[in-house]
Amino acid sequence: MFGTGSGQGGKDVAVAKAQQTKVQPWVEKYRPQGVDDISYQDEVVKTLKNAIQTGTLPHLLFYGPPGTGKTSTILAVARSLFGPEYRSRILELNASDERGIKVVREKVKQFAQFTVTGLEKTAGYPCPPFKIIILDEADTMTTEAQAALRRTMETYSKITRFCLVCNYVTRIIEPLASRCAKFRFRPLSREVMEARLRAIGTAEGASVTQEMMNAILTVADGDMRKAVTTLQSAHQFYGGSSSITPDAVREMSGGVPDGLVQSLWEAISTQSFDNLKAQCDEVEMAGYPTMAVLHRLFDLVVAEEGVEDAKKAVVMAGLARAEKLIIDGASESLQLLDICALMMRTFLGKNRSAGSGVCVSTPMVL
Amino acid sequence: MLWVDKHRPTTLAKMDYHEDLTARLEALSEDGEVPHLLFYGPPGAGKKTRIMALLRQVFGAGVEKTRLEHKTFKTPTKRTIELTILASAFHQEINAAEAGSGDRFVVQEVIKEIAQSYNPAAAMGQAGGRAYKVVILTEVDRLSRQAQAALRRTMEKYTAACRLILCCNSASRVIEPVRSRCLGIRVAAPSHESICAILNKVSKKESCGVLPEALAMRIAQTSGRNLRRALLMLEACRVQQHPFTAEQEVKVPDWEEYIAKLAVLLTEEQSPQRLVLARDMLYELLTNCIPSDVILKTLLRELLPKLDDQLKHEVVHWAAFYEHRVRVGSKEIFHLEAFVAKFMALYKAFVINTFGF
Ligand SMILES: Nc1ncnc2c1ncn2[C@@H]1O[C@H](COP(=O)(O)OP(=O)(O)OP(=O)(O)O)[C@@H](O)[C@H]1O
Ligand SMILES: [Mg+2]
Repeated sequence: MFGTGSGQGGKDVAVAKAQQTKVQPWVEKYRPQGVDDISYQDEVVKTLKNAIQTGTLPHLLFYGPPGTGKTSTILAVARSLFGPEYRSRILELNASDERGIKVVREKVKQFAQFTVTGLEKTAGYPCPPFKIIILDEADTMTTEAQAALRRTMETYSKITRFCLVCNYVTRIIEPLASRCAKFRFRPLSREVMEARLRAIGTAEGASVTQEMMNAILTVADGDMRKAVTTLQSAHQFYGGSSSITPDAVREMSGGVPDGLVQSLWEAISTQSFDNLKAQCDEVEMAGYPTMAVLHRLFDLVVAEEGVEDAKKAVVMAGLARAEKLIIDGASESLQLLDICALMMRTFLGKNRSAGSGVCVSTPMVL
Repeated sequence: MLWVDKHRPTTLAKMDYHEDLTARLEALSEDGEVPHLLFYGPPGAGKKTRIMALLRQVFGAGVEKTRLEHKTFKTPTKRTIELTILASAFHQEINAAEAGSGDRFVVQEVIKEIAQSYNPAAAMGQAGGRAYKVVILTEVDRLSRQAQAALRRTMEKYTAACRLILCCNSASRVIEPVRSRCLGIRVAAPSHESICAILNKVSKKESCGVLPEALAMRIAQTSGRNLRRALLMLEACRVQQHPFTAEQEVKVPDWEEYIAKLAVLLTEEQSPQRLVLARDMLYELLTNCIPSDVILKTLLRELLPKLDDQLKHEVVHWAAFYEHRVRVGSKEIFHLEAFVAKFMALYKAFVINTFGF
């Protein structure tokens, strides 16, 4: 009896071990470790490598779209400077931490106060005498908190370096930005992303058809995280079956299929309001994100030949307005119906009743 | 127990409709490993049911042993936040939007706390335990942008110990950095036919005899392809009249009938008196806690079939316009009333123009 019991336990542990190794999502598993693993951001990497060699580092400001390697780069820099024990030398504060003025000041103060000279050096690493404070997602900090940061940066400038990381550099206040060396991270090129995805696919035993690869590269649009997540999802979700279509890839990352936009376009051309309404209801019922539909309509309108530019401009203004209103919180279904109706009127020259006194397509002051 | 809850399928194997989606969820759960997920789709499409069935597949029946925990938190600004958490040994379900403007705090503290305090070794000692725990966040589309931003690094840093399953109606309202960290799973509303099939099945299980096809279809249509509503309606039909007949009435909520009445009043006569009457009715709806966007959309739905194509264009445009105003404004009645007034003006002008009186 005891025998079976322990045998059972042993198996459990083995299973648990196996599970644990699988636990990591690929984005984390294949996060670049060293500065050299960062793809595509050559200028950034070159400059930073210089800094690492000399052990001198200015305050840094990394900016660029999501999934281009900003967080990975600063962590890699810290690793190259301080070796595997770099964790004790960095303080990472991000949008998931409380970052009110007082909290930041307190945390930075506490962290900076421990003198660094006493810290052990790891052989083979420069280990310069400062600590790095990473303010990830800094563009979500209030301007007040950013303003308060100026003083903190100056007070501890001898023993700390700040690295601000953000998507929108314009949301960092100028006095703060001007204290930092700025590095722009560019959306990754298709070639670079493809090479990396292929390497990951091979390592994980995930087969990737060229069609699927192209679809992933298109939806990722330079965002490496999205590319890797989509690759893993496709692998797990479709169990490696090769039947996965580009539409399915688009859907996994919140996009919409070609056919859907096409049927909307056709409904618009029928000139029947009821047809259009039915088609818009269908989009809503299917659960497609309206924002993605708007973006596809935008592409469609731009590419459409045989429509005068002036008319396109009217529709573009309408699309822009609809997007803004949805971000404000307006109803997606109403906005979609409204913009599609506008397209119907504009492209197909449906005349407004002269006597109604209201011209619908006049841009409104909001 | 209501039929909706009683007949909710608890395993992926028992799931009706969207068979392809079910198959993919089965594939996903095969190795016990789920990434962060984002379920999106219209209300009553069965998102939560699928999430729970997926969890059951991954963790076993233990996920159904849930308890309700009421928790209170103090924010740094000394506000008190109350939160209800539905928890099993393997997962917790939180509606952070409940915390209102304190939602960012909930994301920062509560979720991080769950992720940090999770002890995989202990959990894996239990049957069904995994190296990670699941947090279901419902209505993420209602979270503020700051709260959503707060999810970003949490999703990366604690991913080994904690997987998030986000659930929402509108994927457009989830910020891109969060979406790109998830596998998006779209759950479309069931078709009328699928709803009819389920209504039939439930009716059989409840030994209610034959459910006339015409009645089932009418329920499906009236429900707006919302399965939850359809099942509630079926149960109401059962209470009202049994055995079922093809012609029996499908009851819609009182407030919907009330709005339908308002729509009739507005097309009958356009005058200052009618506007005053309409205002009273709008107030009545608002005091009964019908959200103003729902009022506006329902009113539009009732008005449209009564209109000429050309008027439809205009009325839709102004409905969209005033719905936005309702959202950004602070006094709802102003904008609802403005829409009603606008409608009457458009309608009257159209009638005069067409018929000359
Ligand atoms: N330049 C790159 N080279 C290689 N892999 C990359 C690169 N950029 C991103 N990745 C991949 O994408 C993942 C996310 O990258 P990272 O966290 O650095 O993005 P980020 O720029 O900080 O994005 P965000 O603005 O959303 O925070 C990494 O784990 C890695 O797998
Ligand atoms: Mg980052």
